[in-house]
Amino acid sequence: MHELSVAQALVEQVEDLASQHGATGVYLIRVRIGPLAGIEPELLAVAFPLAAAGTRAEQARLDLVMAPVRVRCQTCSAEGEAQPNNLVCGACGDWRTRIVSGDEMILETVELDIPEPIVS
Amino acid sequence: MCDTCGCNVTPGNAKFAYQPVVPGSTAVSVLQGLLKKNDDQAAHNRAHFDRRGILAINLMSAPGSGKTALLEATIAALKGQFKIAVIEGDLETENDAERIRAQGVAAHQIVTGSACHLDAHMIHDALHHMDLADLDLLFIENVGNLVCPASFDLGQHLNIVLLSVTEGDDKPAKYPVMFRGADAVLLTKTDLLAVLDDFDPDKAERHIRNLANPAPILRLSARKGEGMMAWLVWLQGQLIEQRKRVEAGATQRPASQPEGARLHTETA
Ligand SMILES: Nc1nc2c(ncn2[C@@H]2O[C@H](COP(=O)(O)OP(=O)(O)O)[C@@H](O)[C@H]2O)c(=O)[nH]1
Ligand SMILES: [Mg+2]
Ligand SMILES: [Zn+2]
Ligand SMILES: [Zn+2]
Ligand SMILES: [Zn+2]
Ligand SMILES: [Zn+2]
Repeated sequence: MHELSVAQALVEQVEDLASQHGATGVYLIRVRIGPLAGIEPELLAVAFPLAAAGTRAEQARLDLVMAPVRVRCQTCSAEGEAQPNNLVCGACGDWRTRIVSGDEMILETVELDIPEPIVS
Repeated sequence: MCDTCGCNVTPGNAKFAYQPVVPGSTAVSVLQGLLKKNDDQAAHNRAHFDRRGILAINLMSAPGSGKTALLEATIAALKGQFKIAVIEGDLETENDAERIRAQGVAAHQIVTGSACHLDAHMIHDALHHMDLADLDLLFIENVGNLVCPASFDLGQHLNIVLLSVTEGDDKPAKYPVMFRGADAVLLTKTDLLAVLDDFDPDKAERHIRNLANPAPILRLSARKGEGMMAWLVWLQGQLIEQRKRVEAGATQRPASQPEGARLHTETA
């Protein structure tokens, strides 16, 4: 299950962000995943608490946003939805397309608990 | 926007920015690939290869599709001409490395234990145990698995995915992430096609094209030698390309769209 490696990498990245911003905790982690990223969202959700245990991300809610698969045709320039195992252009039927959405695995946003600086 | 944390909101991705839901919390827009550390290490490995003019190739397939047999036959054909080394990834054993050493080239075995894929850090560690001087070709045989290895860049220049004719010809449709990322697909064990009537190589090719992958698809038998010549010619062509890139100070990442991750994190 490589989702555990991915969850560990995610927690490490969030910990770095928390340190850079002087945060004491993390409320929310929002990740955007496409079906062609090679990650099973359910497995990532299972692996996350294991990776986050004992870190500032321990209490964080993991919000997984699914990206749709979309392609742009290099032949007719049409853009449209596609299936993960069928990226053929829906307009002209050519297979020479580019993915515009659906293969990403991105940490989009974190919500941090940053204590108010004490002003005296 | 602060430079150190990777915040980079552009007009294109500003739509992802949003209001914090927890009162008193601070939302930080990040937009970074989840495997950034692995990818940074992979880029570092690639720089090692490029500095020495090495072409690095990652072989991936299901267990038993013929990766080690292909390496044995490839080494036997090319070792007089090129200096070759192999990194072997396996869950448990040293067997594959021993098969390679029997061909007279250096092999380093990474026993991954429970890890079902190689990652860029494992490869960097392995490089410390290897003599890279004058090396032309470095093959990395990944753990037999059509899922996990697809997500981890190792620093290779090319991904080769093997599909043996004893498997289903619809495997590319079942494992689109893996087959979409192939720079070349090898349909292996073609000597068995005569006795297996349910594998249609043309159908396998169509499934690969349906993934918008223009990669060459070669049919070969490492055991009987048929089709090996075309593979060896392709390989030597890739070595020439790599030497041109190195001379021009350029490099190449393996397949999938070269603009991949950047497209989703930076574009307008
Ligand atoms: N008939 C036939 N068998 C092959 C061929 N290549 C490999 N094999 C057999 O397939 C099995 C697995 O091969 P191996 O190279 O170890 O696969 P790997 O797990 O992908 O490294 C072995 O029993 C090989 O002898 C081939 O071209 N033809
Ligand atoms: Mg093997
Ligand atoms: Zn796995
Ligand atoms: Zn089209
Ligand atoms: Zn910031
Ligand atoms: Zn190094």
